[in-house]
Amino acid sequence: MGRIVTIALGAFKESVRQRVLYNLIVFAFLMIGAAILLGSISVGVEQIILVNLGLAAISVFGLLIAIFIGIGLVSEEIDRRTIYNILSKPVTRAEFILGKYAGLLLTLLVNTAIMTAGFYVALAIQKRGLAPQDFSLLIAVYFILLQLAIVVGVAIFFSCISTSILSAIFTFCLFVIGNFTSDIRGFGQESGSPALEKMTAAVYYLLPNFGDFNVIDKVAHGVRVPGLLITANTSYALLYIAILLSGAILIFEEREFR
Amino acid sequence: MYAENRETPSRVQATTMFAIETIGLTKDYKAGFWKTHSKRALDSVNLQVNSGEIFGLLGPNGAGKTTTLKILFRLVFPTCGTVRILGKELNDTTLHQRVGYLPEHPCFYEHLTPEELLHYTGRLFGLGKDDLRRRVTRLLEQVGLRDSRHVPLHRFSKGMVQRAGIAQALINDPEVVFLDEPMSGLDPLGRREVRDLVLQLREEKKTVFFSTHILSDAETLCDRVAILNRGQLQGCGELRQILSLGASTTELILETPRDEILEELRPLVVSMVRTGDRVCLEIGEEDNIEKVLAVSMRGKAKVVSLNPIKMSLEDYFLSKVSSAKREPVAAAGAQDA
Repeated sequence: MGRIVTIALGAFKESVRQRVLYNLIVFAFLMIGAAILLGSISVGVEQIILVNLGLAAISVFGLLIAIFIGIGLVSEEIDRRTIYNILSKPVTRAEFILGKYAGLLLTLLVNTAIMTAGFYVALAIQKRGLAPQDFSLLIAVYFILLQLAIVVGVAIFFSCISTSILSAIFTFCLFVIGNFTSDIRGFGQESGSPALEKMTAAVYYLLPNFGDFNVIDKVAHGVRVPGLLITANTSYALLYIAILLSGAILIFEEREFR
Repeated sequence: MYAENRETPSRVQATTMFAIETIGLTKDYKAGFWKTHSKRALDSVNLQVNSGEIFGLLGPNGAGKTTTLKILFRLVFPTCGTVRILGKELNDTTLHQRVGYLPEHPCFYEHLTPEELLHYTGRLFGLGKDDLRRRVTRLLEQVGLRDSRHVPLHRFSKGMVQRAGIAQALINDPEVVFLDEPMSGLDPLGRREVRDLVLQLREEKKTVFFSTHILSDAETLCDRVAILNRGQLQGCGELRQILSLGASTTELILETPRDEILEELRPLVVSMVRTGDRVCLEIGEEDNIEKVLAVSMRGKAKVVSLNPIKMSLEDYFLSKVSSAKREPVAAAGAQDA
C-alpha cells in the first residue's frame, strides 16, 4: 500500500507541474465567467444558463485533463524509460498501475474542486449569495467525477497497449460513443433486425454508459436526482473501473520493455 | 567452452549457492510487422557469479548484455532458461529488496532533485524516514552530489545523472548491485570515482555485476569476467586464468639481419615483420627461443631486444569476438542489445 501511495503522490506532483493543466483550468474559469455574461443577457433563465455552462465547463475541461495527462502517465514512462527504474525496485506492475491511477484521480479531484469553487463563486456573484439548495448541484459534480474516474481508467487501459496519441484518440472516441450508448441501443431495438439489435445491445453493455451520469440539465432546472441513481451510478463506475484496471494490469504484466 | 562451466548446472547448484546464476538463458525477440519471425538475442547462457565478487559482463554493442540485465529485472522475459539471484527465482518480489540496479543511460523524473529522487526511491523500498534521511546524506556525499542536492536533474550533466543513478541503486544497501555500463558518459575523473566506488562496494562484501565494453575498467576492477558476443557466451572465468589461457609469445627484434638468416628463422617463428633496418620476430613456442637466438648469433645479427608478450584482456576479447565472426552462430541475427 505504501508503494502505491508513493507512486500516486509522485504522479500527482508530476501532473501538477504540467502547463497544460493550468491552461485548461484557466479556460474553464473563462468559460464560467462567460456563463455569467450570457446569463445576464438571458432574462429569466440567468441561473439555468450559468449552471448549464458552468457544469459543462467542469465536465469538458476535466475530460481534457483526464485524457491529456492520463495517457501520458504510463506510455510516457515507457517512452522516457523512467519505468526501468521503478520496476527494478520492489514494485509490482499492478502497484505501478494502481499508483498511477490513484495519482491522476487525485489530480482530477483537486482540479474539479478548484473549478467547482470557481463555479460557486460565479453563482454567488450572480445570485448575490448562495442558498442551501444550491449545494444540491454538487450531485452533478459528483457524477462528473465518476465519469472522469472511468475515463482515466480507459486512458490508462489504452496507454498500456498503445502509443500516447492513439490512446488519446481511442479514449476520446470511447467517451463520445459512451454518451450515446442508450441511443445506439434504442436504434437497434427500433430497427427490427435481430442481428442489429444484438450488436447494439453488446455495444451498450460493453462500452461505458456515460448517458446516465449527465444530470446537468436536471439540476439546472431544479429537478431532484433520485438516490437510486446515485447508488446505481456509483456501483456502475466502481465495477467498470475495477474491470478496466484489471485488464490494464493483466496486459501490463505481460508487456516487455525492450 | 570454458573451464568454470564444465560442471553440469544441477551439480553446481547442489553444491553452492551463487549470488547470480543463469542456466540455459535464452531470449528470442519477435520481429517484423506481424511478429512472425524471431531474432535470438541470448543463446543458452550459463553464468555463475559468486557472492562478494566483482563480475564483468563484456561484449561489443548488440552482444546481449543489456538483454541479460533486463531479464534479471523482469523488464523482458526469457524464452527459456532459469535465473536465480541470491538463490531466489525472479518472480519472488522480495528479491528486489536485496538488489540494486543502474540501467544503461538512466532516465529519472527530471523535475526531481537528487535528494528527492533518493527519497522517492527509498520510499519504494519502504525505508523509514530517519533511516532514509541518513542514507540519502551519506550517499550524496559518497557520489559527490552533496553540493548539487537541490538542483533538478534536468540541469545535470550526463555524468552527474549517472552518479545520481548509482546513488539510487545503493539506497537499499543491496547485497547485489547491477550496473549497466556505469562508466558510460563519464569523464576520466568521473570514471575514476565510479571505479573507487565499485572497489568500496567490494570492501563492503557486496556482489557487483556490471556490463561494460570498456575493457580497461573490467581489467582494473573485475575478479571474473564473461564475454558475450551475438548472444553467446564466448568465455568466462578469472581474469588471471583467462589471460594465461592465451599462449604467451616472445618478441625478438633484430637489426640488419641477412636474408639467408631470416629464411633459416622463418620456420621457427610465428610472424616476421620488417620495419626499415629492423625485423620483429614473434616466437610462439618457448623451446624455439634458444634456437632462434642461436641462429641469430651465428648469423651475426644484432639483437635489439627480447621481450615476453603477455596477452591482455583486450587481446583475449578481440580474439574471442573475431573467432565468433569467423564461425557465424547458427542462430543468426542475434543483434539485439
